Amino acid sequence: MAEMLELPDQELAAALAAANQRGVLARGLGRCYGDAAQNAGGLVLRLQGAVDQALIDPVAATATVPAGVSIDELLHHIVPRGWFVPVTAGTRLITVGGAVGSDIHGKNHHVDGSFGNHVVSLRLMLADGSVVTVAPDRDPELFWATIGGMGLTGIVLAVTFRLLPIETSRMSVDTRRMPDLDSLLAEMSSGDDAVRYSVAWVDMLARGRSLGRGVLDRGEHASLAQLSEAQAAAPLAYRARQLVSVPPVIPPSGLLNHLTVAAFNEFWFRKTPTHSTGHLKSIPGFFHPLDMVGDWNRLYGANGFLQYQFVVPFGAEQTLRAVIERVATSGAASFLAVLKRCGAGNLAPLSFPTPGWTLTLDIPARAGGVVELLHELDRMVLDAGGRHYLAKDATTTPEAIRRGYPRLAEWQAVQARVDPGGRWQSDLARRLRLTVSTAGTSASAGANRGGLS
Amino acid sequence: MNNAVGEVQTILLLGGTSDIGTAIVARAVQPYTRTVVLACRDTAKGEHSAAALRRDGLTVEVVAFDGADTAGHQALIDGVATRHGDIDLAVVAFAALGDPDITRQDAQAAAALTQVDFVGAVSSIVAVGNRLREQGHGSIVVLSSVAGERVRAANPAYGASKAGLDGFCQGYGDWLAEQGARMLVVRPGFVHSAMTDGMKPAPFATTPDKVAEVTVKALRGRRRTVWAPPVLQLVFSALRHLPGPVWRRLPLS
Repeated sequence: MAEMLELPDQELAAALAAANQRGVLARGLGRCYGDAAQNAGGLVLRLQGAVDQALIDPVAATATVPAGVSIDELLHHIVPRGWFVPVTAGTRLITVGGAVGSDIHGKNHHVDGSFGNHVVSLRLMLADGSVVTVAPDRDPELFWATIGGMGLTGIVLAVTFRLLPIETSRMSVDTRRMPDLDSLLAEMSSGDDAVRYSVAWVDMLARGRSLGRGVLDRGEHASLAQLSEAQAAAPLAYRARQLVSVPPVIPPSGLLNHLTVAAFNEFWFRKTPTHSTGHLKSIPGFFHPLDMVGDWNRLYGANGFLQYQFVVPFGAEQTLRAVIERVATSGAASFLAVLKRCGAGNLAPLSFPTPGWTLTLDIPARAGGVVELLHELDRMVLDAGGRHYLAKDATTTPEAIRRGYPRLAEWQAVQARVDPGGRWQSDLARRLRLTVSTAGTSASAGANRGGLS
Repeated sequence: MNNAVGEVQTILLLGGTSDIGTAIVARAVQPYTRTVVLACRDTAKGEHSAAALRRDGLTVEVVAFDGADTAGHQALIDGVATRHGDIDLAVVAFAALGDPDITRQDAQAAAALTQVDFVGAVSSIVAVGNRLREQGHGSIVVLSSVAGERVRAANPAYGASKAGLDGFCQGYGDWLAEQGARMLVVRPGFVHSAMTDGMKPAPFATTPDKVAEVTVKALRGRRRTVWAPPVLQLVFSALRHLPGPVWRRLPLS
């Protein structure tokens, strides 16, 4: 339980000063799957800020946007003006501040990197209520500690980042059906670098020869010449809508069980042609398919589900296969498994993407044996030199994060420098002992105890 | 901090040498658990319980704790939280059965027993509750007893202490729930343990591990009160309403 306030920027410092010792966390739209946006017993702040306050500099191709603005609002604002965000996650219902805090990545990571790569500067409120501007050349340690810093270095007030110019609001999409994991990985390895956007959907229930079969979706922003005459009349038209919504009357165990997921996956796989090219899709249709179904999370029932995302380096394909095999045989129905090739990482110590394969699984939280399954997957991932995505993590351990993020101590030193009193807190930070103030005095956390006076 | 599949990081057991308490902790410990604190009067005996729980990656700490010393309860709980972070699960399992032949006749002995079993339990629950409220999350498991459901001549001071404690927990637990924390009251029947060693078992006698199984299963659900074995809920819903003359003649050991 936490107190939650939505405040204009000028009232944040007073709220910060008045908060109790459980600390403060600024959050965006709370779409992190785990406990990154929660602060039990403390204060959670939601920023105000409207998209019409966003400043677009068409010469420099940058936007300066209040952190509380969602990517959804921003796209409605900038797409008709011929701009696109440099990186978008699989949902547009996140804020610009959240995109920084989680250093989100998208289908273009192999080419463009994560959101932080495109940030020019940040306005950040520090624990004492003062406001600073940080940039890659202006207190770079704090800048990079804030990118992917899960909101634990301060409140991101506004973000200036580079925009991508687009000619049209359509995507030119190339879809391929791949019969097994080997062919899927081979196709991604050889072909991804030539396209900006690439992602694969993997059927987690397929076994045997079909293990790891999937559908590979690749796309580029369509040029004006690719549009039909009718479409070319309004090349930048942008409409993002919900087609349907899941009603709240779903049995607690949800509608997604092994049977329904298997049927859905079979349908999805079969409906995809072996290979189609140049198919035009809308931006929401290509980037944010789940957002078309309102409250889609209800399909999993009141018991909910976990999202498990990890990255393993190139060369660890055997681990990738072993994980898919382990989940496929566990009977834990996974609705969506998304496979993506990551490119180079950035300078941020807690940024998730590193060169390799990232796989995202949905797992029902109350499935039998889920605890053992997750701990086993953790071991497989870490032994292969991989790591977990903090924005989605809900189950891993402080030790797993220390193995996966060898630069944690470096980040902690910067975090402790700007927040010596441990003002910034979250359930994620407490659970994973991320900051020096949450590392506590337990013997097992001793290795990461910092110089907090 | 709990994780999303309900694994707890830090467990505190008040009554660190209690057979039922340690059985609950042993079952509640999961791969993700990192700290167990055993608070008990006899720390040498507590070290034996600790040795049985220790494994790689799990810190087990034994601290001195006296249920009757209510003045020290809050400081002890706060100390645990300072050393180990949020308390995710606290189990209140300390109690003495006393010798009914003495506690029925010696005023001092009767008062001393209720001081531990009732006053001390209430005090330590409030101390833990304060911490959980501040955290905004966490669970307290309190070991009540069917002895408090209808107090018998066999051990009135013990039975009444459990009756009072159970009553306190029903009210306090509901209040705690509004503050984001959770209380689970466990009502075991006769349990084969060090406490009952040498006593004649009552019907539906159970073991510490069975009580632990019921408790840990209940922690995953939403119930606020459970019976161990569960059939006792049914049994006592009848026994509670028996006319006095019939109740007194029942051969309940």
